[in-house]
Amino acid sequence: MAEPASVAAESLAGSRARAARTVLGQVVLPGEELLLPEQEDAEGPGGAVERPLSLNARACSRVRVVCGPGLRRCGDRLLVTKCGRLRHKEPGSGSGGGVYWVDSQQKRYVPVKGDHVIGIVTAKSGDIFKVDVGGSEPASLSYLSFEGATKRNRPNVQVGDLIYGQFVVANKDMEPEMVCIDSCGRANGMGVIGQDGLLFKVTLGLIRKLLAPDCEIIQEVGKLYPLEIVFGMNGRIWVKAKTIQQTLILANILEACEHMTSDQRKQIFSRLAES
Amino acid sequence: MAAERKTRLSKNLLRMKFMQRGLDSETKKQLEEEEKKIISEEHWYLDLPELKEKESFIIEEQSFLLCEDLLYGRMSFRGFNPEKLMLQMNAKHKAEEVEDETVELDVSDEEMARRYETLVGTIGKKFARKRDHANYEEDENGDITPIKAKKMFLKPQD
Repeated sequence: MAEPASVAAESLAGSRARAARTVLGQVVLPGEELLLPEQEDAEGPGGAVERPLSLNARACSRVRVVCGPGLRRCGDRLLVTKCGRLRHKEPGSGSGGGVYWVDSQQKRYVPVKGDHVIGIVTAKSGDIFKVDVGGSEPASLSYLSFEGATKRNRPNVQVGDLIYGQFVVANKDMEPEMVCIDSCGRANGMGVIGQDGLLFKVTLGLIRKLLAPDCEIIQEVGKLYPLEIVFGMNGRIWVKAKTIQQTLILANILEACEHMTSDQRKQIFSRLAES
Repeated sequence: MAAERKTRLSKNLLRMKFMQRGLDSETKKQLEEEEKKIISEEHWYLDLPELKEKESFIIEEQSFLLCEDLLYGRMSFRGFNPEKLMLQMNAKHKAEEVEDETVELDVSDEEMARRYETLVGTIGKKFARKRDHANYEEDENGDITPIKAKKMFLKPQD
């Protein structure tokens, strides 16, 4: 009885941390530790191979690495906290060792600073609105955080309105706060979303897929008929077209495209374009 | 007899500023040292070795904006909502398409009527004085009712 336990313990202790570079694009599980490129050299075959001394001292070549969603810092290594595929982005310009993150899928949104989200106004108390964004707490939105709002000139926001805004404060210790204005004071497309239209919910991964720069789905959808779409990073999409039927078709397409292959999608689009 | 007995002043009183003006520098120094000794003896400190914080080269960020180059989330196609300046947001690939499509006027009559209904109240609120704000209070539906007749002085009939 003690044997299987000891064998299991050995295998766990024996699995060493893998280098992040070798695992890119593969599925990682929570609890795995990943080594950054600098540490790989240290952990290599212990001293057997002679390495030429490099003039640039190793200490100075430590570049700053950003660990994104799904990863945590654990000493000098990265600890995986979500299951998904490991991705890496090279730094475009300037210093920094690039960004590592885990591409995972979930439906529940956790407020993150800087994210643009669609919220529903649930209450109006004094000077602030309470907006439901799908997180654990409703976010607060001050009435002064709209373009051109002053104490006299209040924005026309009612309970039940849809708001497109971004978070300025979002951490696990405080209530999230959002604004509909950017740092220059301009609305930039944020604010109250107009009348009519349809709001529906999808997974967070689909939103990121649709907002990728080279997404074909959006381009094809845009050719069908005049429409307006708003994507919230909290999994909510609002669509509006001329007639109700067109709006519903659009909503169905966006919900279904997550699980369709590109061929099936093209078939559906060609059928729609005919009708 | 009164000269023999010297009135004893308390230590705290002697420590006060107005009592020390007359003292010479040596006694002042002595008093200061005593004070410091008392304070440092009462000080608590942990008997631990000094821990040096390691400089970390890994920064934690929870946002996807850094990772992926995402587009702006508000889009309109084929000129549906020309008021919103969404055309500017994703200008790179929209530039070609914009020229072809005709921009339609899509504000229906109903929307115009709705907007003017609330417009009168909103602008009126802006110019109303504090006392008149009571006339502009919103009822449950959020509609702003127009100005009610002001209560003026009524001359008695007889």
